This record gives sequence, structure tokens and C-alpha cells, in this order.
Amino acid sequence: MRDVEQKMIERAAALLQNGEVARVVGWKKGEFYFDPAPAVFETVDELKDFVYNGFCGANLSKYLIKVSKNEGKTAIFMKPCDSYSFNQLVKEHRVDREKIYVIAVECQGKLDIEKIKANGVTAVTNVEENGDKVTVSSLYGETVLDKADVMLGKCLTCKGKTHQAKDEDIILHEMPAPANNRFDEVAKLEAMTEDERFAFWKEQLQKCIRCNACRNVCPACSCLKCVFDNPSSGVAAKANDDRFEEQLFHVIRAFHVSGRCTDCGECSRVCPQNIPLHLLNRKFIKDIDGFYGEYQAGETAEGKTPLTSYKEEDLEVSDVFKGEGK
Amino acid sequence: MQRIGVFICWCGSNIAATVDVKKVAETIKAEPGVVYSENYQYMCSENGQQLIKNAIKEHNLTAIVVGACSPRMHEATFRKAAEAAGLNPYMVEIANIREHCSWIHKDMDEATEKAVVLVRTAIAKVKLNAPLMSGESPVVKRALVIGGGIAGIQAALDIADAGFEVDIVEKNATIGGRMAQLDKTFPTLDCSACILTPKMVDCAQHEKIDILSYSEVEEVKGFVGNFNVKIRRKARYVDETKCTGCKICMEKCPSKKGLNDFNMGLNTRPAIYIPFAQAIPNVAVIDPEQCIKMKTGKCGICQKFCGVGAIDYTQKDEFIDRQYGAIVVATGFKPIALDNFNEYGYADNKDVITSLELERLMNAAGPSDGVLVRPSDGKHPKVITFIQCVGSRDTSGCGKPYCSKICCMYTAKHAMLIREKYPDTEVHVFYIDVRTPGKNYDEFYRRAAEQYGVDYIKGMVGKVYNVNGKLMVQGSNLIDNEQITIESDLVVLATAIEPEPSVRKIATLLTASIDTNNFLTESHAKLRPVESPTAGVYLAGVCQGPKDIPETVSQASACAAKVIGLLVKDKLKTNACVATPDEMMCNGCSQCANVCAYGAITYVEKEFRLGGGKTEVRRVVSVNPAVCQGCGACTVTCPSGAMDLKGFSSKQIMSEVEAICKM
Repeated sequence: MRDVEQKMIERAAALLQNGEVARVVGWKKGEFYFDPAPAVFETVDELKDFVYNGFCGANLSKYLIKVSKNEGKTAIFMKPCDSYSFNQLVKEHRVDREKIYVIAVECQGKLDIEKIKANGVTAVTNVEENGDKVTVSSLYGETVLDKADVMLGKCLTCKGKTHQAKDEDIILHEMPAPANNRFDEVAKLEAMTEDERFAFWKEQLQKCIRCNACRNVCPACSCLKCVFDNPSSGVAAKANDDRFEEQLFHVIRAFHVSGRCTDCGECSRVCPQNIPLHLLNRKFIKDIDGFYGEYQAGETAEGKTPLTSYKEEDLEVSDVFKGEGK
Repeated sequence: MQRIGVFICWCGSNIAATVDVKKVAETIKAEPGVVYSENYQYMCSENGQQLIKNAIKEHNLTAIVVGACSPRMHEATFRKAAEAAGLNPYMVEIANIREHCSWIHKDMDEATEKAVVLVRTAIAKVKLNAPLMSGESPVVKRALVIGGGIAGIQAALDIADAGFEVDIVEKNATIGGRMAQLDKTFPTLDCSACILTPKMVDCAQHEKIDILSYSEVEEVKGFVGNFNVKIRRKARYVDETKCTGCKICMEKCPSKKGLNDFNMGLNTRPAIYIPFAQAIPNVAVIDPEQCIKMKTGKCGICQKFCGVGAIDYTQKDEFIDRQYGAIVVATGFKPIALDNFNEYGYADNKDVITSLELERLMNAAGPSDGVLVRPSDGKHPKVITFIQCVGSRDTSGCGKPYCSKICCMYTAKHAMLIREKYPDTEVHVFYIDVRTPGKNYDEFYRRAAEQYGVDYIKGMVGKVYNVNGKLMVQGSNLIDNEQITIESDLVVLATAIEPEPSVRKIATLLTASIDTNNFLTESHAKLRPVESPTAGVYLAGVCQGPKDIPETVSQASACAAKVIGLLVKDKLKTNACVATPDEMMCNGCSQCANVCAYGAITYVEKEFRLGGGKTEVRRVVSVNPAVCQGCGACTVTCPSGAMDLKGFSSKQIMSEVEAICKM
């Protein structure tokens, strides 16, 4: 991964130096090895803090909404999954494709520090990835772990290793094809009885502290003003009777991003309460696939989504109500 | 604060028999904002309307709620009354206490309680109503008729005779439709072609009518008075302007094995063909699937022989865009496929035929030159058995639940004609009921049964099977209460009819509603039978429901009257309840434009002040109020709630919901 990072820094420096782009969106060093953060680099000098390692799971595409409004072109490093969100933003006119230079970077699946900690390793100082193993160095020594045990949830159900948008790429190693199993989790929920499912979501959504992290990180949640922040919408900032009332927020949000959610998994990644929020969206995606034929939001930057177009062969409402799909 | 007047209608006994209207009017007096409440036997009557007008003036009402029938019925009536009394017509709300209440409840206490809630709900909404103004839009003085059968032909002729331009778009190579395939027509037995083809010629010669044959509607944008339609002119590989219809190409074409659709596939035709002798336009068309030149590149015989150089193998589909003020849908029907009816042996026996096939066999221009022969061996059938209701009135799911309406009469016609022309033939008819209402219809049927000796058997057929070339028709005779088997030479199935399947696409393009049987829905079954609920779209012929030729022609003329009534206007009042965006909230994501069926939504770049002297150019939505039909699809699609609908704002709807929940 070091060689990839090196190449990325070189390209970023070259692009900034020759003036092709005014800024580069990437990740920069955090306080610790395991907490790199999204960052905008405007000079070659700033690139000394640039990192690309196993903890760069964050999807950078949403930052483009803001930074691409500035003068000049913006270069951005994108993992395959980020490119779907990017396309969706271009499709919704939130980002001007002409002003963006996309550098596709390889991704071997990103790591979850919480899972590493859960394996008893703390004070992590470095991680080396070797195939399906990771060697974690910490202040207390070295530990070898199975990579599958410490990957981000969203990477365990990766939807593909192909970049859906790119102007150039930095792919130095082969990226193994993912397992294509992302709907298994949904199928489990579907297999529950109604009561069990309600109990499941009640338990999960009760944990919500309404920090809005899921909404703020979500590339599909790109409204200038969210209905939940708009007093005249009638749904904003209502005092809850009980904690479960936060379900309203999550269910409405799931509806708002339905047909547009690319399943990037950021909502669940950033949730401090570990609520599997992506399952709400993934259920919608599975249903849309079933009702209207397979559709992956963000696969292209053009065209209408199944929910905002009408085709003659579309299912009748009564068929959808039966819940079976095609 | 609004000064609200409430008017509760009895609708004779329609409402008053189930809802205690006096109690509703009395209870509602206590509602905040209500300054006047009254009940009356017929609020829509002149006296009722006068009562409303007087109350508006006397009590200085600023808004009114009428508790009555569906707004579809009389909203316009009450708006007009309010306007006459000086109130903005959009300050009127209807509480539907008939369809939504009295008609569906039996218990008076419950219904009365619900009526109160419904009126309260309307009050909650009307409090937030604001006066709205309609705009105006011009009317394009040209009509489109989709389908060139008798319905389309009649509608087009009537509209054109009134002086308006009409285009007929017909997907087949000729106009004429199903009627052109028929032999004789009931109840007068005049020849179908003799009465139809002069009308086809009239169409062709009419200076106001443009026939776009072999064409299909691809795209419809716009709204009543201003439809923009894209029409695909399918490549016929023959230059329509050059072809003289001499038919030399048909003679010389070496590929003669194509099934002749016009004759229901009972014989063959060449790859280049004119569907029938009196086709309009009388222009050939090439079937590219069958043409040797187009499949292999070799041949070109028709081109060689064509005296006027009309053949063009390289012709491509062309698209034309036209504007229309009104659209008549007259897409017609087809007999259903008989895949689900193996018991009649249609697929296995050549001599089991449908009634439409029989029409062709009896037609002088048909495959047997009008001599009735068996398709299998060309011999004259001595025993013919008709089976009625094949796929009609079928609740098993195999066929159609409705009555196809025309079969009883045409079967009587067939039976009569056969007995007349071939008196040595024995004719049996299996029927469930014989349904012959209509002028001279029952007389016609009785003539068949009583004077022509047609053997009508009440009962259904269970099976048709072949024994040594004889068709054994096994059925029940319910009058004699016995099972019978009739050894027949020919079996004719009165096959159910269904709307031409392409109507689904057309309904989608026009946003016209369609029922579960694919029949287009009329605006009101009794009072607006030829109007589609989509303004400016009218329905003629079987696309709206099963009907025979006289009814189809009447309906087509009715459509024409409606179209003429629309096209004589120079301007139309546009809908005042249009979408209205909050630009400050708009993300420019285009989702509303994606769902807009009318093309009313566009985007503009606008500069916004950010404060501190800074500005930002943003892409924001813009609604064309002349085009918007107020369907509200955009308002529910917008994730940030930037789109709202005048007259049905989110706030109004939420306050209605709250009023209901308060009960």
C-alpha cells in the first residue's frame, strides 16, 4: 500500500505544480495512525501530511459539492465504491463533472479500528496488509490477525472493484473480486416475522442519539437545507416522546435516498452507536431490483432512477403491494 | 382569521338518509372560524347556489366549505357560485360526505360522526387557502386521432368538416381497421366494405385530413390545447408520394409465403403488398422480415419492375413533431389469443376457427373469394357449430370477465347468412344467454332462430375433439338437461375481444387512466363518457369498452363534438393549482423534472446573495404554470420539500391530517 500512497502523492504534486488542478481531495494524517481524515490539499507543501492506508475508508465524494464551487479544477482520489456516489452527485447536478479530475485508486478493503481493538490490540502504530492477513504493530508489540475479522462492515459486502468514473488510475496490485453477498443481510431481516423485525429495529433505533452523523456523511443527503432542519417542514426538531421516535428520522431519510443511495455504507461506518443503518437503504435497493429490474445507483452519471421514471412495463401498484416483485 | 360558511347538502336522500345533515350543520357551528352553517336539500340546485351566494354577501364570508358529493361532481359548480358572489373560486373546499361517507355506511350515528370529521377537515384546509388566479394558454387548432378504424375515421371526418385540421395516425399500412375485415354488418346486413370504404376515401380526399399510415405515436408532451407529439413514420421501403398502387410489384415478388394478416393468416401474401384492394393510402409496403432483397441483398425484382421508381430498400424510420390541441384515442381491439382454451381445439384443428376468421372466409374479397369452405380441405361444411362466449364472461381467469357485447349479434348474423346462402347447412349455436338489446337487434336474432332455422342450444361446450376428420362438439343442453355431442364440419368460436395491446403504451404516453382489462377509463361513466380524465384526451370505440359499429360511430361523433368545442376556443384557462418552488431550498437535483409528466419543469442558473457581498450562481427549478397540471408528483419527490402545490400545499394537507386525527 506504501507504493500506492507514494504514487498518489507524486501525482497530486505534479497536478498541483503544473496548475492542472487548484486542489486535491484526499486523506491526511490524523493524530494516530488509524485516524486519517478527509482533507483538501492546495499546495505541494501540504502534501507532506497526505496518507493512504488501510484506514482511509471515508468516501470523499460528498466534499466535492463544496470545494468544487471554488475557482479551478479539483482532483480527487476515489476508491471504487466512492465513484458510485460521485456519479450520483454528477447526475443530480450537485457536482460539475467538468471541474473534477478523478484519480481512481486501488482498494483492498478498508479496516475498522474498533474491530482491531475488539481483538485485544490497542495503541496501534502501524498496520501491514498481506493478503488475507494483517500485521498490526502497537506500542505493545506485533499481532497477526485475519483481515476478514477486522475489515469495515461495508467492505465485507463490497459491491465491486470497478471504478465507475475516472480520468486516470493508480492501480498497482490486483484487486480480488468481492463475494457479492450484500443482500444476505437483508434476506435475514426479511426472514424474520413482523414482530421479530419490529423488535430488531426498535432495539437498534432506540440507540440513536440523533447526532446526525449518518445524514451529514451521506452523499445522497445533499440538500441545501434538510427537512429536519427546516422549521416550516413540520417534521423538524420535534421533542420525542421516547427514543424510538428517532425511527421517523431514519425511515424518512431512507425514503429520501431511495433509488439514489449507492450503498456506500458510510452511514453505518460513522454511526457512533453502531446502528446498522445501511440495512434500511439496502432493503430499498433489493426491493427496487426486484420490482423494476436490477439497478445500481451511481453506475452512470446519466438517466433517471427507477423511482423517478415511469415505464410501460413497470409493475402495477397492486403487484408491488403483494411484495413479491418480478 | 377567515370567516367560514359551511353548507351541508342532503343530496335528496343520498346523503340525508344516512347522515343526520341537520346535526352536522349544527355541530359544525361551534368550530372556530365558522360564522355560518346551513343545510339544504339540493345545494347544487339554483336555489341552493343562491343560498350560498346570499350567505357569502350577508355574512361577509371569506371562505366556504360545502359538504356534498365528490368534488369531481360539483366543485366547479360551487366555485362558480362563489365567484358570482365575489369570492375567489379557490376559497371553496368540498367535504365529500356522499361517496366517502353516506354511500359506504349504514349506521346513521357513525356516518354522522364521520361527516362531521370530514367537514372539520375541509375547514382545517380552507383556513389555509389563498386566492388563486388562473392563467391563459393558447389552443393549437389541430386534432390528432390515434387509430384509423371506423371510430378514428368518423371522428376525423366530423372534426375536419367543422373546419379543423386533423391527423390520423394509423399503425397499419392502411386505415380501415377491423371493420374493413368484416363481411356484412348487423342488423341490416349491408356489406361492411360498401359503407366503410367511401368514408376512407372521404378521409383521403379531405383537405383538412392528413393520414399518417404505418406510423406510431412515440412521445407526447404538453397538455390540453398544446400537445407536442412525436410520431414515428415507419419505413415502408416504398416512396408514398411515388407509388401508384398498380400492384405490379405484388405480382412479380418471388417471396409469396408471408401470412396475410388482413385475412387473419388464412392465406399468404407477397413480401411487398397492399393489404387489400381498397386500402387507403393505396400504397405498397415491404415486410423486411420476408423480403429477399433485404435479407440477402439479392433480388430487387420489385424495384426493377416498378414503373415510377418508388421502391427504396434503404428507407429509414422518420420522426415528425406536430402540435395538437386535442387527441382522440381510437385504437380499437383484437380477438384474444386462445392459448388458455385448449378444450376447443383451436390450435390443433384447422377447422376450428374464430368468428373474425369466418368473416374473412365469407368475404367476397377473402381468401376463398367468399365461398364458405373448410380451411382444412376446401370442402363445403355441412354442419357448423358456433360456440358463444369463448373467453367472455369468464371469471376463471383464463379469459375476460366482461361481456364482449358484439358476439351474440354477429353470431346470429353468421348463422343467418350461412342458412340463407347454403340452405343445406345445419347450424347450431351454443350460448349462455343471448344478449340483444338495441334497435332492431332482438328482432334480428329472433329471425335467425325462428325464420332461418338456426338451432340455438342453451349450454356450454366442454370439449371439441377430432374423430376421423369430424369435429365432435361435446356440450350440455340445459333446456333438455342432457349432454349432447354434435358431429360438425366447422366450429366457429365467438372469441372475446380485448383492447388492442398497444393502447397500454398510448395510455402511458397520454397519462390517461386504464382499467384492469386495459380499457381506457372515461371521465364519468354516465355524464362524461367520451372524455378521458386527462384533459384534452377523448375516447372513441372499443378502446373505451366493448361496442358495436353503430355505438362506435356515435361515440366517435360525440368525441368530435367535444374536440370541436375545445378547438373553437382561442384560449383556455389554465389550472390555478400549480406547483410552486422555493428557490432558496432547491438543490437543482432534477428529480422533480424527471417525474414531471407534462414537461413543465426546467432549470435556470440564478445568482443568489450569500451575505457579506458574496454571491453564488445556483441551478434552480422553474415551473411553467401554463404547462403544470397540478398533479403534485414533483412535490412528493423533492427530498428537501422545496416544491409545493398551490391549493394543496403540504401545510394544508398536514392540517387536514391533524383535523382527522383529532377526532
